[in-house]
Amino acid sequence: MLCKCQQTSVSESSEQPQVDLSQVKGLLDAYDPATTNLITLLQGVQKIYGYLPEEVLKEVSIVTKIKEAKIYGVATFYSQFRLKPIGKYLIMLCQGTACHVNGSANIERALQEVLAVNEGDITPDGLFTYINVACLGCCSLAPVMMINDQTHAKLTTGDVAKIINEIRAQEGMAI
Amino acid sequence: MKFVVGSGSCGIAAGADRIFTLLNQEINENNLKASLEITGCIGTCYLEPILEVYSENNAMKRFTKVTEESLLEIISQAKEGTLFSEDNANDLVSEQLGHQDRIVLRNCGVINPESIDDYLTIGGYQSIEACLREKTPQEVIEEVKIAGLRGRGGAGFPTWFKWNAALKSAGSVKYMVCNADEGDPGAFMDRSVLEGDPHSLIEGMMIAGFAIGARKGIVYVRAEYPLAIVRLEKAIAQAKERHILGKNIFGLDGVDFDLSIKTGAGAFVCGEETALIASLEGERGMPRLKPPFPAEKGYFDHPTNINNVETLANVPWIMSNGGAAFAARGAEKSAGTKVFALTGKIQNGGLVEIPMGMTLREVIFGVGGGIKNGKKFKAVQLGGPSGGCIPEELLDTPVTYEDINKTGAIVGSGGMVVMDEDTCMVEMARFFLDFTCKESCGKCTYCRIGTRRMLEILERITKGDGKPEDIPLLEELSYKIKEGAMCGLGQTAPNPVLTTLKYFRHEYEEHINEKKCSAGTCHELISYRILEDKCIGCTVCAKVCPTNAIAGERKSPHVIDQDACIKCGQCYEKCNFNAIVKL
Ligand SMILES: Cc1cc2nc3c(=O)[nH]c(=O)nc-3n(C[C@H](O)[C@H](O)[C@H](O)COP(=O)(O)O)c2cc1C
Ligand code: FES
Repeated sequence: MLCKCQQTSVSESSEQPQVDLSQVKGLLDAYDPATTNLITLLQGVQKIYGYLPEEVLKEVSIVTKIKEAKIYGVATFYSQFRLKPIGKYLIMLCQGTACHVNGSANIERALQEVLAVNEGDITPDGLFTYINVACLGCCSLAPVMMINDQTHAKLTTGDVAKIINEIRAQEGMAI
Repeated sequence: MKFVVGSGSCGIAAGADRIFTLLNQEINENNLKASLEITGCIGTCYLEPILEVYSENNAMKRFTKVTEESLLEIISQAKEGTLFSEDNANDLVSEQLGHQDRIVLRNCGVINPESIDDYLTIGGYQSIEACLREKTPQEVIEEVKIAGLRGRGGAGFPTWFKWNAALKSAGSVKYMVCNADEGDPGAFMDRSVLEGDPHSLIEGMMIAGFAIGARKGIVYVRAEYPLAIVRLEKAIAQAKERHILGKNIFGLDGVDFDLSIKTGAGAFVCGEETALIASLEGERGMPRLKPPFPAEKGYFDHPTNINNVETLANVPWIMSNGGAAFAARGAEKSAGTKVFALTGKIQNGGLVEIPMGMTLREVIFGVGGGIKNGKKFKAVQLGGPSGGCIPEELLDTPVTYEDINKTGAIVGSGGMVVMDEDTCMVEMARFFLDFTCKESCGKCTYCRIGTRRMLEILERITKGDGKPEDIPLLEELSYKIKEGAMCGLGQTAPNPVLTTLKYFRHEYEEHINEKKCSAGTCHELISYRILEDKCIGCTVCAKVCPTNAIAGERKSPHVIDQDACIKCGQCYEKCNFNAIVKL
């Protein structure tokens, strides 16, 4: 997103991929201020693109007549919203209390090691992004992570590399 | 014959989906005369995946920790007709349930949550119909008052009082909101109800809606619960189809109740009522000062009543069994039951519903089976980031709002995280402050900056850079934040620090004065060593070490290069000879 006063980019990654605005047309056409709030709308956008592309947020602003600044305010308030693209597989690593007590910090270290990226970043092969979340509600099977809606429970540091490498193999990547 | 697979999120995480698919395939291939159904989480998550088989004459046999191999064995016994020949001798699930008293979870793990017929068969939606046909809102509120039901979302506020305020509040448009944000990290009571018995929640919302005069209901569900959202959507659609939700419900002219779902977007503070309302309106979820209370000015300024999922799931039971029956359970000022998510270093982790007034010891050691791996109990954490850690000396405290408050913790929404001797209490306090600091919305200074300062102090203590003055400083900050913060998040954020300082002060002192962490958790304060006399030189540790910090000849003792060691602990986990120690 651009800072209007200085015209410098305040987003962290300067090279964002080209986005296809036509994908969001249906969603914006159906927008009705009486029934849809901004959060629901942004959730719809994120469902389409996996994140909230700057160009799309501008469109949202035009259609909804909500100021860009306000949209940015809402988008940055909630941890669910991302302003950067993510990998094909989104890994949500639980850092809730139960998982923390059962060693989620070690799981994160193992994950960083096998993916070689930091939280929120995308792996060079475009496959993975991992983020920390507060609780996935599977606390009695801690530590837990969720990869695109599939939950992996009772993780050990060894499991992590195995699971990631299985996905890499499926995707035809050299391990 | 009927097969029922426990398919809550926990069951699915443990492999219930695979069991379901395989079972379906086997039933078809073997032409078994059997139906296949799902049910919600019965609470014994440590035994998942769980499969129940019902015979023609309704005898039930339960299998736990089902694997693909054991499933094939079950199928072959079913084919031969020998499945029910032995009785169900040691059924751990039934044993667990024997300790409990289930009102909220009465249908979880019993009925098929995706079938409204299942719910109707056991008398579902009769309570709301009876209210609509025979009762006035005041009578409903009176019944809930007799029951002594208090809010299960954390504060324990009398439910009837809130309903009464919303009923009395002027305005023709009112809203009934369900708080299913379940923010406490480490708790999943509400998820289980949503996934396992969504119709009970809908019925509870309808009764509450009737009592306060609302025709519209909204359920605010946290985004991390995709399955709960799907099940609730299905349940709402089914109820609409049967004219239980919508216009002229139950054939009653002019009686309407609509229900919709709003998905949260990941902000703990949105569990707070006024922040939740801001979020429902599409704004940043910032709390505001009360009064005005939501009962006067809530969703788009209309009178609004907000209740937690568990509170509402109690309501249909109360209406059909009477408030007095509810009040007869539990303790004097804390009537009824409470669901807890027993997690952490507990043997039988899962969801338990107990009558209030049971002691912590009974819950942890009786129902929960004590500590995992023969370790020693250290503390139990109640109330999540707003709560506190209770030590062993206080294990005989009864679980009631008043008694738990006296310890400095709170009953909270139901997270009960058990910790053993390997958990460092200073690190735990740091963990919670890290959480509240990140989740602070930033509106008030005490919370925004105060929690940050507390976190910095705790971080330096866990890194071995703590100073003796840090303890009084933490205390001073705690009291100021409690007093000065605007909403419940900040007002309760210091609780984890205050309770650990109260009961585990020696651990703080040890970190500060001796630069030592006896629990062996704080990274900077520990080191790993190989015991020469125990190491047989199997090389497993050297192979697993990510930084090649371990050297040694095969069949002779190895050594860790302390400068290269990143203390990941993998060698410690992998060593089969207990030859590696944490100092
Ligand atoms: C920071 C904060 C987070 C909260 N999170 C939740 C929550 O996740 N779920 C919940 O039911 N109540 C939560 N509450 C309590 C609610 O504000 C409110 O008291 C409750 O939903 C009322 O319902 P009850 O009377 O049925 O308990 C939270 C309160 C605060 C201050
Ligand atoms: S704490 Fe990790 S799933 Fe709840």
